[in-house]
Amino acid sequence: MRRLYAPQGWIALGLAAALIAVLPFMLSTYWVTLLGKIMCYAIVAIAMDLIWGYCGILSLGHGLFFALGGYAMGMYLMRQIGREGQYQSELPDFMVFLDWKQLPWQWWNTDQFWWAMLLVVAVPGLLALVFGYFAFRSRVKGVYFSIITQALTFAAMLLFFRNATGFGGNNGFTDFKRILGFSVTSPETRAALFAITGAVLIGTLLLARWIVTSKLGRVLTAIRDAETRAAFCGYNTVHYKVAVFTLSAVLCGIAGALYVPQVGIINPSEMSPANSIEIAIWVALGGRGTLIGPVIGAGVVNGAKSFFTQAFPEYWLYFLGLLFILATLFLPQGVAGLAQRWKEKRA
Amino acid sequence: MSASAVAASESGSLGRISTGELDTTHGAVLYLEDISVSFDGFRALNRLSLSIDVGELRCVIGPNGAGKTTMMDVITGKTRPDAGSAWFGQTIDLTKLSDAEIAHAGIGRKFQKPTIFESHTVFENLELAMKADKRVRRTLLAKLSSAERDRIAETQRLIRLQDAADRTAGLLSHGQKQWLEIGMLLMQEPRLLLLDEPVAGMSDDETERTAELFLSLAGKHSLVVVEHDMAFIEKIARKVTVLHEGSVLAEGAMAQVQADPRVIEVYLGR
Repeated sequence: MRRLYAPQGWIALGLAAALIAVLPFMLSTYWVTLLGKIMCYAIVAIAMDLIWGYCGILSLGHGLFFALGGYAMGMYLMRQIGREGQYQSELPDFMVFLDWKQLPWQWWNTDQFWWAMLLVVAVPGLLALVFGYFAFRSRVKGVYFSIITQALTFAAMLLFFRNATGFGGNNGFTDFKRILGFSVTSPETRAALFAITGAVLIGTLLLARWIVTSKLGRVLTAIRDAETRAAFCGYNTVHYKVAVFTLSAVLCGIAGALYVPQVGIINPSEMSPANSIEIAIWVALGGRGTLIGPVIGAGVVNGAKSFFTQAFPEYWLYFLGLLFILATLFLPQGVAGLAQRWKEKRA
Repeated sequence: MSASAVAASESGSLGRISTGELDTTHGAVLYLEDISVSFDGFRALNRLSLSIDVGELRCVIGPNGAGKTTMMDVITGKTRPDAGSAWFGQTIDLTKLSDAEIAHAGIGRKFQKPTIFESHTVFENLELAMKADKRVRRTLLAKLSSAERDRIAETQRLIRLQDAADRTAGLLSHGQKQWLEIGMLLMQEPRLLLLDEPVAGMSDDETERTAELFLSLAGKHSLVVVEHDMAFIEKIARKVTVLHEGSVLAEGAMAQVQADPRVIEVYLGR
């Protein structure tokens, strides 16, 4: 059995798990929601690191996969409202408002939790599979791949803005009441969602670690460093890239599904191109190709974001830009690289 | 079934890539026939025909722009010929296969500039190159057997990097990188090795050892060496092919080729 972490690493993970279990009982609702949200982002950051840090593919459309997972969960939550909406109809409020008489086909079976969970995984996964296959087969690489993924998420945003698409237009979904029969706003449900998110985050970290320490992980890095050589070694690089892109998208979808019940809203702004770029910033700042770095990056940037958007709302984007420039100039390997250098100096 | 046919059928059964068996019953491992390639009107290859025998060590020389690298690109599937055919053994049509499929079929290529996986260790470079099931799921679950470890160690000895197993490949000297790349090719157990300027940038001592290595490989593998270093060619050459303007100008023993007035004209006449 290969070793995922040194004993110290396992101890740190155990402590993190214990902390996640007790935190909801010690913090206010505001903090539980904020930290839960950040853990969802951290899952996205790991997914991004798998594809960008290890395989060298900079996808700037990961916000789309996150949002799709969120919408799939959102549909289930809308159905859980039942007749308690404004219009006391079986249909979600926005459909009544649009004078629709029945659920459109996309909503089929979405009152079933298992079906919604299937959509959470399958929709981002299939989209990434098909899109990735055609992009990688056509040898779309580097900045061109980044640009078309930006275009993809932008196009999806415009599509979801339309009322006719059937997902509530620019308002998206909100006013959720229940999940699996439990009130979404009760402290117990919040604590449970928080704990589940924490468990998924740790599970994602271990899965990613398992992958990058396998031969598959070494092939991904080989593709990043010398793709032609990898192909001449007999690896079908298109299959590898599609596989890691799809896995990454599925992880983002799961993160989005955990995000929506905690934050209480999902709308097309989650698909805006800037959101996807921000994901790349978390990873760059935390340290590409380190897995734990991007988790830290997601925490630091989003912690700073929630502080800045309250204290100096108009300066947040300048600050984010500055952070990115400083990280590029002084921390090419991110926070994790800094820790590594410090460790080497001491040794 | 001969040992070579068994090896080839193993590679054929790997993965979705099925290239059939390598059939070398007629003694030749590679046939190129009337290959032509043009880039924007420039004829890089012009009705090139060439045949390499099993176990042969063939040297290919020619001035810049003679089409040596393009020829290798055609053989490895990187460039598709406009006309002509390329056969690996009797039955494998190289013009129909992708680069990964050609690698699986048993053709290994060394590039002009050493291309290795710089952030991996020497050991990992050889491990990645090793002949194995290279599909995604198999690779995720792959574990090294002790026989495979032995093979990697053996190759490390052959390329004189036995003490550098854990060294990051990017930190090797230029000559060592060249050898590591040759080692990676050998891990794939190729039937045919294409070597593009293998001794470029090597010290005299390293060049000498590379010549020894190639001579020891010939017989077990077929080798095609493209090189500008004439002293090196003289050391290893048995049969030499001279390319000029995309086709074969002369072919034969080194001394015979060197005495050919057309070859002298091409090399010295400008």
